[in-house]
Amino acid sequence: MLFYLFKRITSLIATLVVASLVVFTVIEVVPGDPASYMLGMNASEDTVQALKTELGLNQGRIPRYFGWVSGMLRGDFGTSYTYRTPVADMVSERLMVSLPLALSALTLAIVLAFPAGLLAASRRGGAVDSIVMAITQLGVAIPNFWFAMWLVLLFAIKWQWFSAGGFPGWDIGFWGGMKALTLPAIALALPQASILARVLRSSLLDVLNEDYVRTARAKGLTRRQALWRHALRNAMIPVLTIIGLQFSFLLAGAIIIENVFFLPGLGRLIFQSIAQRDLIVVESVIMLLVFAVVLVTFLVDIAYAWVDPRMRRGH
Amino acid sequence: MKFFTRSVTSLMLAAVFSGSALAAKTDITIGMALEPPNLDPTGGAAAAIDEVVYANIFEGLTRFGADGSVNPALASEWAIEEEGKRYVFTLQSGVKYHDGADFTAEDVKFSLDRARGEDSTNAQKGLFANITDVEVIDDTTVAVNLENPDGNLLFNLAWGDAIILDSASAETAATAPVGTGPFKFSNWVQGDRIDIERNPDYWGEAVALEKATFKFISEPTAAFAALMAGDVDAFPNYPAPENLPQLEADPRFSVVLGSTEGETILSMNNKSEALSDVRVRKAIAHAIDRQAIIDGAMFGYGTPIGSHFAPHHPSYLDLTGNSPFDQDAARALLKEAGVEGDLTLSLKLPPPAYARRGGEIIAAQLREVGIDTEIENVEWAQWLEQVFKGKDFDLTIVSHTEPLDIGIYARDDYYFQYDNPNFKELIGAFNVETDPEQRDVMLKQAQTMVSEDYVNGFLFQLAKTGVANNKIEGLWANQPTQANDLTGVSWTD
Repeated sequence: MLFYLFKRITSLIATLVVASLVVFTVIEVVPGDPASYMLGMNASEDTVQALKTELGLNQGRIPRYFGWVSGMLRGDFGTSYTYRTPVADMVSERLMVSLPLALSALTLAIVLAFPAGLLAASRRGGAVDSIVMAITQLGVAIPNFWFAMWLVLLFAIKWQWFSAGGFPGWDIGFWGGMKALTLPAIALALPQASILARVLRSSLLDVLNEDYVRTARAKGLTRRQALWRHALRNAMIPVLTIIGLQFSFLLAGAIIIENVFFLPGLGRLIFQSIAQRDLIVVESVIMLLVFAVVLVTFLVDIAYAWVDPRMRRGH
Repeated sequence: MKFFTRSVTSLMLAAVFSGSALAAKTDITIGMALEPPNLDPTGGAAAAIDEVVYANIFEGLTRFGADGSVNPALASEWAIEEEGKRYVFTLQSGVKYHDGADFTAEDVKFSLDRARGEDSTNAQKGLFANITDVEVIDDTTVAVNLENPDGNLLFNLAWGDAIILDSASAETAATAPVGTGPFKFSNWVQGDRIDIERNPDYWGEAVALEKATFKFISEPTAAFAALMAGDVDAFPNYPAPENLPQLEADPRFSVVLGSTEGETILSMNNKSEALSDVRVRKAIAHAIDRQAIIDGAMFGYGTPIGSHFAPHHPSYLDLTGNSPFDQDAARALLKEAGVEGDLTLSLKLPPPAYARRGGEIIAAQLREVGIDTEIENVEWAQWLEQVFKGKDFDLTIVSHTEPLDIGIYARDDYYFQYDNPNFKELIGAFNVETDPEQRDVMLKQAQTMVSEDYVNGFLFQLAKTGVANNKIEGLWANQPTQANDLTGVSWTD
């Protein structure tokens, strides 16, 4: 187990180093600089140079790369060029929206997907199975922004139960904040729940054909007992992988939904910063996301090992 | 008894409701498509900065009124001395900043010197180029000395880039603005909204609103939903003209169409091989059907222009007659220039809808007369780098939103590279002219010259399409400068 952990941690660090190089290089080659963007069309060249000096953009690339990396190691992610506030503060503010949103969407997806997937698998070929398959097919196919607009149309404009969007902040209370995240979470959860339910179903069906399940049945367990006691745990590996991927996706990839509901989340921060060439924000936020994804993958790997003892021995 | 209780309750309820209906609302939520990157108008060009702070939080010596006139603000009056080379301003007395500091002549000197200084990062530093020094006479009197007589000074000082800051709080204006205005900054939830509240110690007339929120909604569909759901009370620059007929039909809203300072033009690189020939530029001008672009790209909102000048300005000349839509004339000119059927031009389009949608229409119109275009969509940062700085383009579409900015045609090395000594001389003379009649004549000459040289394809003046709850009054209909001045805004009930 220790060796397994060591291997995982080494690859985690290597991934981060490579990612930091790639992120920095890619962003450096993109044309456009933040100072000219901020000063617009009427500014003279010496004004742009003055601002570049003030922002520290006149240094060479290599010192800037090392400055950036060593800053991050000390927990200093730099100061946004355009907002003039520390990137760490901006990110933590955005995470206050993105993290609860991703978590509630994922929870909702799991809550919907598990019963659906289990039901469908245990009644394979039956009416329930067909219905679950049809609904999840639709859930995967419907674009989530379109679904989101329907939610807005019905719940915000027609019935006015919810705001059309925006985020009032947590200082108005937990439920007030959650209320603002409800529609976006539903819009995000539907396709994820559909994917998850389908993966769970097919993974269960695969496992149900395994020898050990047949043995369990031969031992006298009913089909359902065999499913609960033996198949489910083994069917979890692909499901955990998908959940891990979904969480990373929901954290930063919710940008379309953030736009529909004008939520101040991480996705919009990145989008805005790229347009404004706020390079330091883009670089640092992407690195944080890389870190989050790598960490989630790492945790999922550990969870595999927990679910499946064979993995601990490095097979 | 039950009946009695119920009627008492309903009476009480009625009293409560009528009470709240009598007292007009004192807070407002304004929708904006773009969020300001920071709140210091002296350190960035983003229009969204001024749309939050101008006249609300910060004030300058002079200010623009809703009709574009230049009015007194922190300067109550002024005298022009030494044949226009010295302006002596008398300042309002008893003015305090939001943090309690006193506003004095020293602050005026500090702010103007900061804006024109060596390491100034003011996006409109050029506005102050003519100032030689700022002289504090006493606490409420300050003199601005000029290199040359300047007819534009009072106008220039009204810009958001010329607001007055206190030296103690200037450095933090980007995130915690402290001004002298009728509202003070209270809160900014980045990515979501900015809150401002009434300044109880305001030196001027108190404002009707107690609180205002600027909410940032970039997605047009979301903007529509926010208005319909009542999350936003007004959208002074509504981003989706396609929804306006629907909003107009809704009794809850009023749609106000106004003018902006945005001359939207098909800029041509006057030094690129093909476009250095005036006949080719003229051919392109004739090939463009302005109304089709306004209808197709802007859903009918916009006023055709024939030069680089705003139609609502008193000195405006209608010069659209210099370049009417005439495909035969365009073909003939191309033939004369020897590029008939053999011309491919690059067309670089920045993100706004007027450019992206308008670009497709212009490309189709140019194809009609035998000019091929290679469309390339670019982001603003790329546009600034490649087109504006690098001059690596033939055609581009952009709206020039600064007020009275025909002077850009006199700049050396400006991106469309118009290089006409006569025009430079004219603008040079205009800048030092203080007689209003002479200035009017010169502005007309300038418009005519630019139009007859076919420097750019002049398309239309960008419209301001505002949507507001119809119980709100006092919002600006036109946009003489980029601002959402809330000083005169109130609810009617």
